[in-house]
Amino acid sequence: MATSHPVVLAPVDTLLRHELEPWARLVEQRLEAGNRVVTLFGRLDRSGGVLTTAVVERAEGELEVLRGQAAPQASFASLTPRFPAVQMFERELWEQTGIVPDGHPWLKPVRYEGARQQHMRDHPFFSVRGQEIHEVGVGPIHASVIEPGHFRFMCHGEQVHHLEVQLGYQHRGVEALLLTRPARALAPLVEVIAGDSSVAYGWGYSAAIDALAGTTAGSAADVVAGIALELERVAMHLATLAGLMADVAFLQGGATYGRLRTAIINRTMRICGSRFGRGWLRPGGPRFGLTDHLRNDLKATLAAFSRDMAEVNDLVVSSRTVRARLRGVGVLTRQVALDLGLVGVAARASGVAVDTRVAQPGALYSGRPVVALTEPDGDCWARARLRMREVDESVRWIASVLDEPDLHRPGTNRRVRGAVAPLQPDTVCVSVREGVRGPVVQVLETGGDGRLVHYKVQDPSLVNWFGLALAVRNNDISDFPICNKSFDLSYCGNDL
Amino acid sequence: MFKSIKVRTSQGRQYIADPRRAEPVGFRAAPHVSSTPCEAGCDACVEVCPTQAIALCQGADAVRIDLGRCVMCGDCIAECPTGTLSASSVFKLAAAERQGLMVGTARPVPEPLQVSAALHQRFGRSLKLRSVSSGGCNACELEMHALSNVNFDIGRYGIDFVASPRHADGLVLTGPMTRNMASALQLCWDAMPAPKFVIAVGACAISGGPFDGSEALERGFLEQFAPTLYVPGCPPHPLTFVCGVLDLLGIES
Repeated sequence: MATSHPVVLAPVDTLLRHELEPWARLVEQRLEAGNRVVTLFGRLDRSGGVLTTAVVERAEGELEVLRGQAAPQASFASLTPRFPAVQMFERELWEQTGIVPDGHPWLKPVRYEGARQQHMRDHPFFSVRGQEIHEVGVGPIHASVIEPGHFRFMCHGEQVHHLEVQLGYQHRGVEALLLTRPARALAPLVEVIAGDSSVAYGWGYSAAIDALAGTTAGSAADVVAGIALELERVAMHLATLAGLMADVAFLQGGATYGRLRTAIINRTMRICGSRFGRGWLRPGGPRFGLTDHLRNDLKATLAAFSRDMAEVNDLVVSSRTVRARLRGVGVLTRQVALDLGLVGVAARASGVAVDTRVAQPGALYSGRPVVALTEPDGDCWARARLRMREVDESVRWIASVLDEPDLHRPGTNRRVRGAVAPLQPDTVCVSVREGVRGPVVQVLETGGDGRLVHYKVQDPSLVNWFGLALAVRNNDISDFPICNKSFDLSYCGNDL
Repeated sequence: MFKSIKVRTSQGRQYIADPRRAEPVGFRAAPHVSSTPCEAGCDACVEVCPTQAIALCQGADAVRIDLGRCVMCGDCIAECPTGTLSASSVFKLAAAERQGLMVGTARPVPEPLQVSAALHQRFGRSLKLRSVSSGGCNACELEMHALSNVNFDIGRYGIDFVASPRHADGLVLTGPMTRNMASALQLCWDAMPAPKFVIAVGACAISGGPFDGSEALERGFLEQFAPTLYVPGCPPHPLTFVCGVLDLLGIES
């Protein structure tokens, strides 16, 4: 069996261009066969038409690119009524290209970009009528130090019937900006698309550019990048756990997870200069390798960290108040997670074993496998427990590769200019990396001159936000903060 | 109970005793500009800089860096053939004026902040901050959040982040300021009682940073309400923020 890779190159002339409706039917067939749609989007063609693209994960883990073409404002029969997993993709396709998915049950802009900026009130919120039904609006600015977004609850007393998540406040025009700068020098911008996932984004982008330039960074470079990614995962899981403990007023847990996060991100800083792993990964390979000194430093840190982590996990897990507050709250069943096509922690905590590192292992994870951990219950407790276990698994993985040879090879502050050759023209490149929230998908397309004509960014949060909306149904409105934190999704990753 | 004591014992003391004297090992700040002359005709640093933070000029102040734009990626250091630009971990980089963030051959780091007598009198014992992220990528936000953790613990200086703008003295602004957040930001500011001031945190808030030039930004707010403190970085190290505020307000550490 061929190894499935997280980076796929598809020369444009090898892609059949289907008309819009047949293209939609092809996607539908894949969904009927149980395949997962990794992303689906469109772009305006130079001739004024629209090119649509769907990336499908076949059963064997291989990624297939399906391309369609359409006239402006054309429409197709929406797939959402049968397959809710594509609902956000269809909304985004409509917002970005004007192509209409006929029969979409809630066709509303995802982020109010372009001419729709500042017009968030022009589209109605979903409303529920009935005696004693009332609405509660929260945000965009929240009580804590977090990103902005608006949440509208339809409640009966304290009970939430429905939550509508209204995002877009963070929209910075990332996709347009990416096309205005040289394709091989985008790393600093890519790293701030969702700045808590700088490594996942930076690595995914760098791997795409390497593939388009016909180079490979090499095995040691891949291992170093893999270490960077797991350090990022550990740090962000700890940030979530700290927040969750603060939300249930278990302060010792919050304080301890917070301080453990400091230890991890300071170690990342020792290696690459940034607590967020910025500037670490670039096209051509990492800018910073692991010298023996850094390697030993990391080993010692992780050993001490594991002891502390086990101790605080034990304290938290055995605390009756924490269990009572998190168990049975914000339940998302396995079936709902599957129907919505959820990814990452949100899916795995509902028993769906999806993980790019397992499905598209490539050379790196084939020989150094990661275990896709799951929890069966789909509640806040499951998401918290899963994060604890994933931290352990990441630490185990890092420890298992730290003794590999040549990890120092990338050097220290390697030059990045001219590190890779010009990009292959007229090619679509799909690059996926399993970030802390799930697959970070980046699809780059070059034109005839090797410059980028399109850069599609898809954060795992785009599909997962709806999972949060369904998880809070029939919960008390006061359960929302812990539900939200247990998912810990990205606002700017959604808003781009 | 025993588990709690066990964790407490293992964790011990974690706070940074004096933030002004902390040493963030490995932190990559903005590059240090030395007096070593550049190679004739070389503009590699300007070429490679992702945010146009570097300018080359004639005369004594040959290389100038705008810390308000610099994302501290270090790409320029790797490109510099003469070593004119070198790595630095200086984190005391905050300034009270936008112009104060301009460093170069003549002045490699910003001037130390002068204590504001007015701010010291009003907020020296208690400063309540309201955070607004306007397009922030969650890195500045996480670092602002970290200020309250057990390591940086700004609460000991009477500085806190509060939930309501009604309770706030200072607005901590992160992110490049999106058009979609413009009205919410203005509402928040209007809800804060005077006297009040703005702290701009991170390259994005100060200059638009990597997003400068995007159609989706609306930065008019800052033209009306100039920040009282600029905290550069991408994201700034929490120590840059702590020391900036402590120095400006004349708070002892």
